[in-house]
Amino acid sequence: MTKFEKTSSFSRRSLLLGGGALVVSIGAAISLETVLSIGQAYAQGAKPPLTPDQLSSYIAVNADGSVSAYFGKMDMGHGLHVAIGQMVAEELDVPFKAVKVIMGDTATSVNQGGASGSTGIQFGGKQMRMAAAEARRVLVEMAAGLLSVPADKLTVNDGMVSATEDKSKRISYAQMIGGKYFNVQLDWNKQYGNPLYAPGKAQPKNPKDHKIVGQPIKREDVAPKVFCQEDYCTDVKVPGMVHGRMIRPDVAGSVPVKVDEASIKDIPGARVVWDKGFLGVVADKEWGAIQAAAKLKVEWSQAQPPFPEQATLYDHIRKATARKSQVDKENGNVDEAFKSAAKVIEAEYEWPFQSHASMGPACALVEIKDGNVTCWSGTQKSHFVQQGLAATLGMPLDKVRVIFKTSPGSYGRNDADDCAMDAGVLAKAVGKPVRLQYTREEGTGWDPKGPASIHKARAGVDASGKVVAYEFISKGFSRVDVGTNGSKPLDTLAGHTQGVALKSGDGFGVPAESYAFDHKRMGWETIPPLLDRSSPLRSAHLRDPVGPQIHFASESFIDEVAAAVNADPIEFRLRHIKEPRDVAVIKAAAEKAKWDTRPSPRKDQTGAKVSGRGIAYSQRNGTRVAIVAEVDIDRASGKIFARKFTVAHDCGQIINPDGLVKCIEGNIVQGISRTLWEEVTFDRKSVTSVDWISYPILDITETPAEVNVVLINHPELPPTGAGEPSIRPVAAAIANAIFDATGVRIRRVPFSPDRVKAALS
Amino acid sequence: MSQKFTLTVNGQAHTIEADPDMPLLYALRDDIGLNNPKFGCGLAQCGACTVHLDGQPTRSCATPLSAVGKAKITTLAGLGTPEKPHPLQTAYIEEQVPQCGYCINGWIMTAAAFLSDKKKPSEAEIKDALSGVKCRCGTHISILKAVKRAATMMG
Repeated sequence: MTKFEKTSSFSRRSLLLGGGALVVSIGAAISLETVLSIGQAYAQGAKPPLTPDQLSSYIAVNADGSVSAYFGKMDMGHGLHVAIGQMVAEELDVPFKAVKVIMGDTATSVNQGGASGSTGIQFGGKQMRMAAAEARRVLVEMAAGLLSVPADKLTVNDGMVSATEDKSKRISYAQMIGGKYFNVQLDWNKQYGNPLYAPGKAQPKNPKDHKIVGQPIKREDVAPKVFCQEDYCTDVKVPGMVHGRMIRPDVAGSVPVKVDEASIKDIPGARVVWDKGFLGVVADKEWGAIQAAAKLKVEWSQAQPPFPEQATLYDHIRKATARKSQVDKENGNVDEAFKSAAKVIEAEYEWPFQSHASMGPACALVEIKDGNVTCWSGTQKSHFVQQGLAATLGMPLDKVRVIFKTSPGSYGRNDADDCAMDAGVLAKAVGKPVRLQYTREEGTGWDPKGPASIHKARAGVDASGKVVAYEFISKGFSRVDVGTNGSKPLDTLAGHTQGVALKSGDGFGVPAESYAFDHKRMGWETIPPLLDRSSPLRSAHLRDPVGPQIHFASESFIDEVAAAVNADPIEFRLRHIKEPRDVAVIKAAAEKAKWDTRPSPRKDQTGAKVSGRGIAYSQRNGTRVAIVAEVDIDRASGKIFARKFTVAHDCGQIINPDGLVKCIEGNIVQGISRTLWEEVTFDRKSVTSVDWISYPILDITETPAEVNVVLINHPELPPTGAGEPSIRPVAAAIANAIFDATGVRIRRVPFSPDRVKAALS
Repeated sequence: MSQKFTLTVNGQAHTIEADPDMPLLYALRDDIGLNNPKFGCGLAQCGACTVHLDGQPTRSCATPLSAVGKAKITTLAGLGTPEKPHPLQTAYIEEQVPQCGYCINGWIMTAAAFLSDKKKPSEAEIKDALSGVKCRCGTHISILKAVKRAATMMG
């Protein structure tokens, strides 16, 4: 219950006529009826429907003058709510601290797509900015009537509207609408999710007038977290709650054929929930549920081990019949141009399956009471989980509420949505609220995986070293074996285990860059999943879906071409890139890193310890990033120290520079981790990387000594995303630096010490 | 079979009845109702569940109740408060360390024990002391800044 809802019974008449509470100075003669009718047009006591075309679905002014911003996306750890609060406060002309951003509750926000594709600010913020601007416009219009002063002669400061030339004529937002609801229709484009857009009549401010947007405002949620005052999803409790655990097969694809409930009868409250392949237990206490899951005697069907030997993974991809082939970009006559090339350079790159491996495995709590379902979840997309629960439980959508609660970090479609569905099935079966937390083994072993892939690149150059033909084709598992959210049973483990086959979609991508080659082709091919349901190797979106793998390959390859024509890697890139913002990030990174212009590799190093530098660049949905990596390599051990990163980042208008720098630092560190260490391992039966030993990530001893970020601000441009773009070029920048140091090109991720050592010997 | 255990947590005694094999983490979270030690792995690999037993950083997810004895238990909530914060809590806020924040407990509790023993540590010593704690969001740079800042505050 928000403050806003609590005060909604406040009568408008009592507010307006409440004597001391009313400080409005009404200049000209104006009747009470006029005052009331002005208010009536835009403010009402009853809440309008929670639909995207209502201003009240985004913004409310509370009785105390504070502002609630209802946001249909959520923060996954970058402090997005701060940026949204800044954008709303800016447009409304209220103090930043007056705005509270309420995220991802299906009962208070419309479906703006959840956390998705780094669009929190790009799309979500855009809508909140337009809504706030419209709210201000309406409030100023109301004030104009109430104060009998034309709107253009009014000024707003900290939520107080006053006559510009007579500050004694004033009225606050709270006095006009506090505790009531906007009754204002927006021009909604009839889209839900990321494309949702519903502007009003107002235009947002000119960026040159921004006072709050662009400021390095700190996160207010850090203190409650370090003082244990904020509950995570794992900490939510409701009366009568029991605890659940799921049971997964040792051989992926096998299902229980015999379950001995008597084997757990001594555990208080222990019950089995079994439906086809779905097998879970509940118990009164959490420790009881853990023990029940361990002790339950289960006989499994004899399933054929579904996976190839891991050593043959890339051969499997190479040989598999492509389910879909697509050329996304082509210009010129590529095949003819290759024939005329003086020299053709070719290379192939490989990227493994990777896991979200969130800091804690997923947790969800589902309560079904009086025909209503309430789910607390760390999902990135609560509105889609609402749809998924309705479908899974056979409930009407409007009887399901999903409340996003801060959870262990999520970097795409992790295990959160699966957990919410499993918890729902358990809760329905036992008739009690169920808190389900996955195990570490499930969190790392059974989360949807970033897809494994291979990437083939070819370039034809003429005698002068000019690129005359270029081709880049990726082939791999789809980025969407399961969709980006849990809205459909075919996309969740609960659906799969209960008999719905996985319906793998076809999705991959091509490099996002602006190399102007006269004859250029870029495309991709997808192959079918290894198992058609309940697969621990089902693939889905993992931070910058397929971006790291594609750009590892494409930006490594550009370096290979530069080396083949004996050109400096940056000078070579700038021969072919003319897009001004791309050129600007590359030059900015080079300048800040004091780039030494010369071809790679270096030829002046001997001994066991060598160093090198590499550049990589990419675009992502309007954002541009260039990274210079400087690495040290111990040739004896093969250990890489990714020592220094210089990142130039242009995402249009910057809303909060400090938040942006933190966001980029996280991208770089996670990018190093994925490049140097991360690889899902598996045997014929299932995934074998199931914890932090078998799925190692970067540890603190390997923290880069420096990450220097150059922010390029374009206040005149719309903001684009930052949550993912800077992870994209990290692997290639490191690979290019290794080549610079050693003259050896490593074309398979991760660059683990054994692999590097073998490559160098 | 369940047994009675009296646990002294942040200076307060709590008597609970539980299986001696149950890890301390579940007593703290479920029986006593604390939200600060987190379940991260249940394998003593990540640090998210760390508490102090008589000042020693201990992975509560892998410490059975029977092994706790009379040790005084301190959790993150007992380390400091908004009114009287531990230097690491202050430093975490100043440096704006966390992203998702689920790992906060592990880093602060491990670093607090380390810094109480080791004054003016070098960066290498800090890294070595914290090498068994995980952060998945990649906030390592800010974590190191905060621990260094706290070390300075603690003289």
